[in-house]
Amino acid sequence: SAWSSLNMKAETGTTSRRNFGAAIAAGAAALVGAPDNAKAYDLPDLPYAFEALEPYIDTPTMKIHHDKHHATYVANINKATEGKDEVPILALQADAIEAGKPVRNNAGGHYNHAFFWQEMAPADEAAKMKPSAQLAELIDKSFGSMDEMKSQFEAAAAPGAVFGSGWVWVCVNQAGDELKIVGTPNQDNPLMKGVADEIMFPILGLDVWEHAYYLKYQNRRPEYVSNWWNVVNWDKISENCAYVVENHAGVSV
Amino acid sequence: MTSSSSRFLVTILLSMTTLRGDAKQFELPPLPYGYDALEPMISANTLTYHHDKHHAKYVNTMNSMIKGQSELESMETIEEILVHAHEQGNTGLFNNAAQSWNHEFYWNCMTPPSKSSSISEPPKNSQLSKMIQQSFGSYEEFVTQFTTAGNTAFGSGWAWLCYSIPQQKLIVTKTIGAGTPLTENSSSKAKVVIPILTMDVWEHAYYLDYQNARPTYTQTFLTKLVNWDFVGRNLKEAIEVGKDEL
Repeated sequence: SAWSSLNMKAETGTTSRRNFGAAIAAGAAALVGAPDNAKAYDLPDLPYAFEALEPYIDTPTMKIHHDKHHATYVANINKATEGKDEVPILALQADAIEAGKPVRNNAGGHYNHAFFWQEMAPADEAAKMKPSAQLAELIDKSFGSMDEMKSQFEAAAAPGAVFGSGWVWVCVNQAGDELKIVGTPNQDNPLMKGVADEIMFPILGLDVWEHAYYLKYQNRRPEYVSNWWNVVNWDKISENCAYVVENHAGVSV
Repeated sequence: MTSSSSRFLVTILLSMTTLRGDAKQFELPPLPYGYDALEPMISANTLTYHHDKHHAKYVNTMNSMIKGQSELESMETIEEILVHAHEQGNTGLFNNAAQSWNHEFYWNCMTPPSKSSSISEPPKNSQLSKMIQQSFGSYEEFVTQFTTAGNTAFGSGWAWLCYSIPQQKLIVTKTIGAGTPLTENSSSKAKVVIPILTMDVWEHAYYLDYQNARPTYTQTFLTKLVNWDFVGRNLKEAIEVGKDEL
């Protein structure tokens, strides 16, 4: 519907987005009949068409990944938080493990995927982007070079490193002065207490669950990972970096 | 291990074909049927990747990790290797050995589906059918528990039907990643649980055919593809081992 595309374009710092959406929904209800019960969390639209990341991520994968997998996490976190005070999905991350599996798996799943879509862009746009001066400096300081960072990231994303389902992240550390690469299992992420050595703030992350790549790449996860750099939105990654360094907090989605 | 436990291992392994060659390396066993034999439930495309790429990689990696390690090279079975790796905390070797075992077991748990539209079940009045009734109350309850285990193994994992020796009945369990009930039987203790049926719910097992619809895959697996003869023989052996252990 028209108002959901307005919803989707909102900036970071989106605590207000839900209220905006709810207000519009209430207005729209007068026109289109009763909406669904207002849920705490919405499935955000992709910032691009399903085919936009071809040939590096195929259209059917984007469609199923977003419309089925991510949608299921949203439905499940809504169910798991029914009757509770509504908070942004970011706020559920820190204590997600303590909150138990339904929250851990689905708050993690919703946040991770919402974060993921925003980090990517069509390859021709991505090709024109590069890290900001701040991000480039952090990369060089932490890894030596961008190439070295990519190499370490790809090693951390290998099937032997993240065995089974999980994600690989580049994060700003607690001190805010270095980037770290960390792999996490299932839908965990470094914002969750107890997952990494310390809570860290992702600026870039890659889904290596098989559903993220199997239709096109099958067992060839390394090829998926090395191709993925072609669609990384370095403008957004740079924004993420500036935000987490300044605010000592995770990126909102 | 008691001698009957060894006999169990040998029996299971004779029906599975992973053998040591002279090079003290394990071989990738062939599928017990053609690549298209499980169509339309599981496609030839899936089986080709699943067996020739995923399973093959686990076996090759396990072999490379064993090579030159005389203690490991002297072990007769993959089960011994995975239990040893588990006890040593050797995650890399465990993952590859366990996945080698799990996949071989999984292939043997399946058989080409019948052309009829009816649900495939253990033969009526068989030991297996009766044991399922005794253990779960009804066949439907077993189906519910087993498919639920498969559907709720979050991420990558396996659903298992096992014979519990202490309880003298069948139980459903699920494991994560390369996990297997075999690790509950430490090599220094008596056997407590013997798997008789497994179902792979790593996404690579079903994604090309079912995409996100894992429940459709698990339902189809259990009602159309299971080799109940193999499962029945596993149960028979498990009960024998159980009698010896108690």
